[in-house]
Amino acid sequence: MSTRALLAFLAVCAVIGLLAFGLLNKGEAKIAVGDPAPDKVLPVLGGPGQGSIAEYRGRWVLVNLWASWCIPCRQEAPALDRFAREFRGRDVTVLGINVQDNSDDALAFLRENDVRYPQLRSIGDERSAAFGSTGVPENFLVNPKGRLVLIWRGPVDREFLEEQVVPIVAGRS
Amino acid sequence: MLALAAPALAATPKTSVSTIEGEVMCPICGTLLELAESPQAQRERVLVKRLVAEGKSESEVKDALVAQYGTAVLALPQGSGFDLSAYVVPVIAFIVAAIALALGVLRWRRASRPPPPSSDATQGPRGEDAERLEADLARYDL
Repeated sequence: MSTRALLAFLAVCAVIGLLAFGLLNKGEAKIAVGDPAPDKVLPVLGGPGQGSIAEYRGRWVLVNLWASWCIPCRQEAPALDRFAREFRGRDVTVLGINVQDNSDDALAFLRENDVRYPQLRSIGDERSAAFGSTGVPENFLVNPKGRLVLIWRGPVDREFLEEQVVPIVAGRS
Repeated sequence: MLALAAPALAATPKTSVSTIEGEVMCPICGTLLELAESPQAQRERVLVKRLVAEGKSESEVKDALVAQYGTAVLALPQGSGFDLSAYVVPVIAFIVAAIALALGVLRWRRASRPPPPSSDATQGPRGEDAERLEADLARYDL
């Protein structure tokens, strides 16, 4: 192979490599029931310290991705908070992860909706990308071993929680 | 009087909302903030207006937006890490293309130039040829 052909080949490989790198970086994660829950240590929303899903190992965790500008998030918040209070003593935690939001708006949202379950904050869309998220709200039920047992890409309400989530966490399904 | 003037001075805008809107993204929409009308963009715009009204400079506003929304909020890539390639690669590509073009032009000019005259031609005919040439010139009285 001549030097010129080798250089051309390397140039083409470099361009293809760059394109592949860009596509892989943009690609959203694909997660499914049975997979380990995507996890990372994140700052606590509005407070000092950090937290992660792994901290709740041994408990059921209903992870709720939300943003203050999202109207369906506002609609589902009371049902989630009620569920969190009802099941707090039964090894179930609702964990909010605020995404694509600014913290002042997020804290105002929590005050207005009297939401009291724990909250983490993801800056940028890294967390929502890790969950393969296409928008907010999205909800993920993680079992005590840290694996996903339910993925719901949309808002939840009281009926959904009673029919889909409660049977799982109560061991009835 | 001084106490009243101090907050007013502190709130003097150092940049404009429209300038910032043209240089940052609505991360959810994937477009410039000035073109976005989504609920997230509206909240981001409110934050920009507040920061500008507080007298923050352009870079301070952008830093605050990055702290809230991540680096994806910047319309232009950062000048460090992998993002640096967005600035370096075009410059390198331009230099390589310029060198390739210059080499191509040199080669083309060399190929189209007439071959240099041989030493025989510059020195004129010799021997029998010179004698015949002289005879011919004499014959035609040139």
